[in-house]
Amino acid sequence: MKKTGAQILWESLVREGVTCVFGYPGGAILPAYDAMLDYPIRHILVRHEQGATHMADGFARATGSVGVAVATSGPGATNMVTGIATAMMDSSPIVCITGQVGSKLIGSDAFQETDITGITLPITKHNYLVSRPDEVARMVREAFYVARSGRPGPVLLDITKDAQQSSCEFEWPPEPKLTGYRPNHWPSTSDLERAAELVRAAKRPVILAGHGILLSGAMDVVHRFAEHAHIPVAMTLLGLGGFPASHPLNLGMMGMHGEAWVNTAIQEADLLLAFGMRFDDRVTGNLKTYAPHARKVHIEIDPAEINKNVKVDVGLVGDLRDVLEELLPYIDACDRTEWTEHISHLKGDSAVRDIQNLPDNGHLYAAHVIHDIWKTTNGEAIVVTDVGQHQMWEAQYYHHERPRTLITSGGLGTMGFALPAAIGAKVGRPDAEVWVVVGDGGFQMTMAELATIAQENIDINVAIINNGYLGMVRQWQEFFYERRYAATPLVNPDFAKLAEAFGLKGARVRSRAEVVPAVQAARESEGTSVIDFQVEQEDSVFPMVPAGADLDAMIRRPSAIVETGADV
Amino acid sequence: MNTFVVLVENVPGVLTRVASLFRRRGFNIESLTVGHTAVPGVSRMTIVVDTDELGARRVEANLYKLINVLRVDNVTSTPTVLRDLALIKVSATPETRAHLMQLVEVYRARVVDVSPSSLVVESTGTEEKIDSFVEVLRPYGVLEMARTGTIAMVRGGATSTEGVSVSNGASHTEHPTDDVSVSYSV
Ligand SMILES: Cc1ncc(C[n+]2csc(CCOP(=O)(O)OP(=O)(O)O)c2C)c(N)n1
Repeated sequence: MKKTGAQILWESLVREGVTCVFGYPGGAILPAYDAMLDYPIRHILVRHEQGATHMADGFARATGSVGVAVATSGPGATNMVTGIATAMMDSSPIVCITGQVGSKLIGSDAFQETDITGITLPITKHNYLVSRPDEVARMVREAFYVARSGRPGPVLLDITKDAQQSSCEFEWPPEPKLTGYRPNHWPSTSDLERAAELVRAAKRPVILAGHGILLSGAMDVVHRFAEHAHIPVAMTLLGLGGFPASHPLNLGMMGMHGEAWVNTAIQEADLLLAFGMRFDDRVTGNLKTYAPHARKVHIEIDPAEINKNVKVDVGLVGDLRDVLEELLPYIDACDRTEWTEHISHLKGDSAVRDIQNLPDNGHLYAAHVIHDIWKTTNGEAIVVTDVGQHQMWEAQYYHHERPRTLITSGGLGTMGFALPAAIGAKVGRPDAEVWVVVGDGGFQMTMAELATIAQENIDINVAIINNGYLGMVRQWQEFFYERRYAATPLVNPDFAKLAEAFGLKGARVRSRAEVVPAVQAARESEGTSVIDFQVEQEDSVFPMVPAGADLDAMIRRPSAIVETGADV
Repeated sequence: MNTFVVLVENVPGVLTRVASLFRRRGFNIESLTVGHTAVPGVSRMTIVVDTDELGARRVEANLYKLINVLRVDNVTSTPTVLRDLALIKVSATPETRAHLMQLVEVYRARVVDVSPSSLVVESTGTEEKIDSFVEVLRPYGVLEMARTGTIAMVRGGATSTEGVSVSNGASHTEHPTDDVSVSYSV
């Protein structure tokens, strides 16, 4: 039967298992929007196309399936750029569909024409300009296949208006076969043996667990591997949740704001086992002095990551879960108590420095807010963070037991990510309790999506960590620019009233005693609550490895027990 | 210097994808040539990049990430025929013309255009040979030069395009490295 390109688009999306898309209409995508009404698709009307892409991303990260965002040509498409780049950096599988002017008009600077495939070329895994209806089904199939396979990533389909309007026979194409695309690699037996040999010989090994654990669903085998070989596990920011926080072998987060003993353990290690991570500069600090005594084994799906930043002894290219299953039988059971006890010693005076041991001094600290949200939600919420100090405090004080419960922009560090990504997460996981942890700065970048929340009856809760500053930048100014606070103080609206203006609930918290009741109240009430936590203004995130410094050259947390005032 | 022979699908934008990859990853392209192969729908690029061995491996791995790239061969240390084509317009007076003709002879170049005041000479060969030819012509007055950049072909019977084909937009080939063990160890 003949169908229009627009019908074929939805027909194909439905066949790919899509039930929900995030989007914003416009002239060049109007035929697709019109056809959408005849298909079983939930459409979430966003307030800005950036929001649509972050929602698709949040949906993908919470569920593990591909998220879909839709926009019109020109300004609609360019508004997606930040969200696409965010998904690219964090290997998040999304498909973005944009309308394009009629194929005959392309190149004429027609109304709302932009070369979006050109613009997004370096920030998509692949993209397509679709100018005929008979290409739509095949390209949708390819887009989903490319987005979700291998190292996942964003794919953009730019569909001309005439391709949406004109008709052709619909035929669902077979499984795509792309010659130039090689998602499945496999390490050689000899490399597996060499890796096993390095594990056998290691006295002070550390597993570095990255986002790849979640993406390949390798939690279980990493667990078995770590226990079997008795190897402590340090996590990247995006790896959090990939190994249970409460597990005795879990070290916690590494890198710039990782705990001091974790980074010291990495610097002292004689073997690093990098599982689905990419040695980002936030993780390694100064590359010249990074883990100087360690041999390195890198298991990674993307061959281009091997030896990119850190030269490794063995690179095993392939899907992390498959490679670990293959490698595990080569690994001997082992006891490395000496090493794990040594790491426990490295913790040293950390209890003294733990802000949880700070008696209530009348000030509200962000760390306490996060801690109390963690306690109150039994550690089971999906927490979506924005970017800044609160993001790091979340990573330090919300202890994630399960995968896909921390959603955050790690690679690009995109402010404005949290609120829309949380909407996507909730749409994908309606049964989950979803919390947004966001700074007063980043919240204001995409707060218009509160209207989306109200219109679509989304039930999440928002914790604004309001310190009156672009906190993380202020911290850098404090440490490295002699406290010259150029353009970081914020004059904010009344966030509680703002929430109410959107028809949501608003609350304000100024003391530690109020935190738990406010969090409880938000959980118990239906719909979305926005809580404005007015926290200590000039608090800083510790420990901190200054950018470019040696990984163990950390600015430590000041001692909490003796601390009295607000000043750090 | 590293020389790559890259087979790509002949689809719109593929040159941009390849060129943009080099820029984005911070590699400098010395020369890049594109043209048809004997296989319909498949184009061949010869790309010369100024980088070390580790960089060359990164280039190769990143090229393979592009979906329209069918095959990448780093031919730097393989016996290879390397050729550059140059058209050189040189000023020629009745006095210098004979000398110039002799030089053209010595360099096995060809005169392809003659005017009262100039000659256009065509020369193919390695980059070095053409560079040296240009140097000897320079005293006579080189007015204009156009060069293609290097193209490369591995010596012997093996071909880069073996098994590579493209049909209705979708290509089919057995990759030399498909599903066999790839070693990334050092
Ligand atoms: C879109 C964008 N612009 C700028 C930055 C740089 N930046 C990183 S953290 C930060 C401050 C964030 O402030 P806020 O949202 O209030 O969170 P806080 O650090 O106070 O928790 C800024 C401006 C960024 N990451 N993203």
